[in-house]
Amino acid sequence: MRCGDFKETYIKDEEIFQSLFVKFCLGMFLLFLLVFPFAANAYMLYLANMIGFAVIGAVGLNLLTGFTGQISLGHAAFLGVGAYTSAILVTRLGFSFWLSIPFAGLVAAVAGIIIGIPSLRVKGLYLCIATLAAQFIFQFIFIHWESMTRGITGINIPPPRIGSLEFITEKEFYWITLFFIILGVGYARNLVRSRMGRAFVAIRDRDLSAEIIGINLFRYKLSAFAISSFYAGVAGALWVNFLKVVTPDHFPFILSIQYLAMIIVGGLGSVLGSIFGAVFITLTPELLNYLSEIVKIYAPGHEEIFVPMKEVIFGLLIVLFLIFEPRGLAEIWNRIKNFFRLWPFSY
Amino acid sequence: MDILLQIIVTGLATGGLYGLIALGFVLIYKATSVLNLAMGEFMTLGAFVCFTALTQIKAPFYLALILTLASAVVLGIIVERLILRPLIGEPVISVIMVTIGLGVILKGVMYMIWTPSFRNFPQIFPPEPLNLNFAVVPSGLWWGFVFAIIGTTIFLLIFKFSRTGVAMRATANDQQAALSMGISVRWVFALAWCFGAMTSVIGGIVIGNISGISVYMGDIGLKVLAVIILGGLDSIGGAILGGFIIGILENLTGLYIDPLIGGGAKDVAPFLILVLIIMIRPYGLFGKEIIERV
Repeated sequence: MRCGDFKETYIKDEEIFQSLFVKFCLGMFLLFLLVFPFAANAYMLYLANMIGFAVIGAVGLNLLTGFTGQISLGHAAFLGVGAYTSAILVTRLGFSFWLSIPFAGLVAAVAGIIIGIPSLRVKGLYLCIATLAAQFIFQFIFIHWESMTRGITGINIPPPRIGSLEFITEKEFYWITLFFIILGVGYARNLVRSRMGRAFVAIRDRDLSAEIIGINLFRYKLSAFAISSFYAGVAGALWVNFLKVVTPDHFPFILSIQYLAMIIVGGLGSVLGSIFGAVFITLTPELLNYLSEIVKIYAPGHEEIFVPMKEVIFGLLIVLFLIFEPRGLAEIWNRIKNFFRLWPFSY
Repeated sequence: MDILLQIIVTGLATGGLYGLIALGFVLIYKATSVLNLAMGEFMTLGAFVCFTALTQIKAPFYLALILTLASAVVLGIIVERLILRPLIGEPVISVIMVTIGLGVILKGVMYMIWTPSFRNFPQIFPPEPLNLNFAVVPSGLWWGFVFAIIGTTIFLLIFKFSRTGVAMRATANDQQAALSMGISVRWVFALAWCFGAMTSVIGGIVIGNISGISVYMGDIGLKVLAVIILGGLDSIGGAILGGFIIGILENLTGLYIDPLIGGGAKDVAPFLILVLIIMIRPYGLFGKEIIERV
């Protein structure tokens, strides 16, 4: 029986899959993801897709905010940039969906670098306000640059295709989402244990000290912004391609807050945490919808309370997690895992 | 009548309002180093409480005002006690997110109590606009300006001369030293939140009077961020001056840029200014420049 952590080499310590059991669980989970679309109905697949986009965006934001410590209140703006890039490339220039996704990421990354420039001079509160301003400026551009974005009417996007195979339904799109999630999460998980990931963490912990030990702040802070926005851009592009339409209303300030809530609830500085958070924050309102349906049946007339209730619970989640479990669901998960690993002799 | 002059006068009056709300931000930031992003919701709540007192209880305005201020005090104390105190010493992101979360909660609660419909405020100020010969100021703006000036003066005087004010300034300057001089830092924190909430509810009443009230009127609170960054996060005088500058600039953009791009520039202008200030002079006009040492 395992009763402690006995790693003898650094290579062992940095392994992603630390034990055979973890590998087995992950394999089973992957298998579940592959079988899932054949067992689920359209609504569940819709939710699965939404969770998928949230996972990609949240992992990106966690790289920036959780690992590098640069707060961004403008994540929705980068989603928007990616979404519009993809939509415009597909509809105007006749790009295929597949080619438009990396371009969406790249354009969002450039936007991220521009927004990240103030981070070289200011941090904490001021950076937070600068990114918040960026959110509103981008929102303004989405609405008012009508020759490009078609303003509030938005752009309709044709469904993605490979050859003659079209991806229209939730089930078909599920495969695309799954592919990008595995790519994105795998890259992030590897990035954070690389030289760059360690530089990010050093910057988060104390940027001046990091600079003194030879970390180029300019390079790594902007890389963090670029990578994070790339993720956001891809998530945004996938999302609007799934919805088949993009309008400025898709990227309000509250979406940025939702993404921050995901990584706070899930756990700052943890890739696994971003996934937990994305699932949690996406499913909570759906659960409330479900509850409101039940209330509608048994106590008609009272179901309207659930509309504001969603906001209240969303806010409460943020506040309660920050006060009582600042390291999020990932920490709770670790605690449960450790409990069972050492069970029944936990001392 | 010169249109430019008219715009500048309107800008000044709006700026006075911005200054008042900015004062709320600064009062809290100065004492507790917390930027309260739920300020807009505090404002909305104040407007709703005053509105309910006026229309449901049919109270006279001065009574409604006292009631609103009292509710602001309660709100300030509750928020400080329950939400901000456990987070003392936590990283900036936690503190900012907790105020955002608070804002979302308040918005939801207000939605539950007052429904999201838009309402007009009952007439509490005399409706005649102020005629300055060269420009006309609408009644709401003019009275808002008066309130802003009165509020600011009172707080400036408190800070300058009263015992409490000196204690608050001392805490802002150096918490440890203030503690050792027998100042209750906890009390100062609570007081700062009360003062901040009070200025913002007054702002809420005035703005509600000008443009009507709804759950979403709090968005103006974010615009005021430009004001406090321009003036300096911890400068009361800067908040007021910043308010005037942003008010005028905003109205000038409305006049000159809006026709060029077809509207909307007025709302985004404060944020553009905000980014510029942060890039050029992040501590603002009168803010304290923070020097970091390892």
